Amino acid sequence: MRFSDARVERALAAAACLVLLLIAAMIVFVFAKAWPSFAHNGLSWFGGGNDVDRQLEDIINGPANPDAYIYEIGVFPLLWGTALTTAGAVIIGMTFSLFAAIFIVEFAPPRLNRVLEPVVRLLAAVPSVIYGLIGVLVLVPFVLDHLTSPERKESVAFVVQLTGASLLVAVVILTVMIVPIMIAIIVDALRAVPRSWQEGASALGVNRWRVMWTICVRTARPAIVAAAVLATARALGEAIMLSMVSGSKGFAPNPFDGLTFLLEPTRPLAATIVEYQESSNLEPVANTLYAFAAILLISSMALSLGGYMAKQPMRKYGVRP
Amino acid sequence: MPAPWRPTSPAGSIESWPLADRIGFRLAWAAGVSLCLVAGSIVVYMAVQGLQYLDLGLLFESPQADLDQSKSGGYLDPLVGTVVLTILGTLLAVPLGVATAIWLSEYARPAWLARAVESGVEVVAGTPTIVLAIFGLLVFQRELFSFLSFTAQGDAVFGRSFFIAGTMMSLIALPLVVGATREALQAVPGHVREASYALGKTKAATIRRVLLPAARPGIGTGAALGMGRIAGDTAIVIILLGASLKLDEAGSAPILGDLKGTGSTLTSYVYVNSPAGEGNAPEKAYAAAFVLLLIVIALNYSIDRIAKGRGLPAWTR
Repeated sequence: MRFSDARVERALAAAACLVLLLIAAMIVFVFAKAWPSFAHNGLSWFGGGNDVDRQLEDIINGPANPDAYIYEIGVFPLLWGTALTTAGAVIIGMTFSLFAAIFIVEFAPPRLNRVLEPVVRLLAAVPSVIYGLIGVLVLVPFVLDHLTSPERKESVAFVVQLTGASLLVAVVILTVMIVPIMIAIIVDALRAVPRSWQEGASALGVNRWRVMWTICVRTARPAIVAAAVLATARALGEAIMLSMVSGSKGFAPNPFDGLTFLLEPTRPLAATIVEYQESSNLEPVANTLYAFAAILLISSMALSLGGYMAKQPMRKYGVRP
Repeated sequence: MPAPWRPTSPAGSIESWPLADRIGFRLAWAAGVSLCLVAGSIVVYMAVQGLQYLDLGLLFESPQADLDQSKSGGYLDPLVGTVVLTILGTLLAVPLGVATAIWLSEYARPAWLARAVESGVEVVAGTPTIVLAIFGLLVFQRELFSFLSFTAQGDAVFGRSFFIAGTMMSLIALPLVVGATREALQAVPGHVREASYALGKTKAATIRRVLLPAARPGIGTGAALGMGRIAGDTAIVIILLGASLKLDEAGSAPILGDLKGTGSTLTSYVYVNSPAGEGNAPEKAYAAAFVLLLIVIALNYSIDRIAKGRGLPAWTR
């Protein structure tokens, strides 16, 4: 069979452009469906000071008449939960994976390294539902039994119940989930730093740590930023695991509660979609859930493009992270 | 005056480093060791719990809805569901991904379109699966796609089936296939392409006869990575595969009916049987999670084998 060159090129280009079509469709469809929820609430959509679970129940139990649909919602507790879990996990994970990556690249004995690399890949491949299972069956009871004293329960009893499923567990497990991704990206970038630069520094009498810290880490900075951005996107969209361990309550943990803050339940946007999707055949509920999805879609797109941009400077060294 | 350089063992010289450097060095060690500990404890814990509750008989038994755990059956259907969904998703993702990768690395004209596609692939990679899932629901509940799933009375399209879940799953695997294939294509030396052109081959023939065979390990790696992601995803399964634990076929056609029908996978089985779900049977969840983990580890291991690319001529490397 003979392929004409021009026809092959056109066919391949068409296949490649399907991706763009898909993204365009995703934005149009999701926003069109989400619009009523945004339109009815205006800026108070982002507001707080209310019980978001109660509002969702009201939407579900609202009238079936399209003119009387209830849309009132203020999603601040969910946004706050998303922000807290994501930021907590990314900040802790970033620090940890930077040191771990330096260890793997420079200090680990070769024999340990042969174990470490498959281990990182394995951790990245473990399905999130397994992390969630470990969280809900091991960490949640542990937090409830050993970290949640009766006084703490008492102190916030009039707003929320402490069950062990909490911000703390969510952040810990989310950190474990995103660390392997960051380590993989940072290790690749550190390895890609030209050997001669490191040797040059060593020849000037700089010790091995300083070489890593001042030469390699600094060169790999774009990749480190990219790693953080991609990990943020991953953490933002994690739904199943967080719905299992975060307590599933539309509650905004209050930093003024001191350490109890860490033990309070929360529920990010993505987990909320999972938990209310069974009612999504009701139009107003669907509109509200697609509005959550629209927020997630926009932020993850911004993050992916940010990560893509952040990686570009590495290319001038001839490195493709 | 700096001390003259002596060849000492690296470990011995650390005491002479400045304090900040020593702290950094120790922190790096601590991070590496705790990484091993965390990974080790997860694997050991899952193995202990999984083997404890793993009952080989349950692998061949369908799940039943029953409060009594001894009667609620096994996880044959979820296992079949995972395999079917993984194959379906990969079959869709590989041709599309390979085509995209070839276009990006061999043609990429016009340049702005190539950049747009490249960043588009990154965007798809970063989109949360939960968003992909409910986007799929929105699309496939239209009349147009009613042939892909159950249709209730009153022509409401259910929008949940193996076909639909597999289609959205392929989007998770797509960026991985594109990435791995591109890397493999870029690793093929330029003179190999030139040699093919010198023999009078067209670009299309070069791609088919020279580049694709050389990129086979890369494609395999991407596909295996993608399969791991598909097997491990839960959000799409929960939303797009219907909530039936058993395989429910739509219509009577033998294989098409099953693919049009709903079912479950190991991930949704674990979710439903965890304390967070309706089933609340941790023993079953542990056992199913262990089976799932074994599948993922096997796929991971196969990546190593594929990536070595045995049996390929030397010019491909």
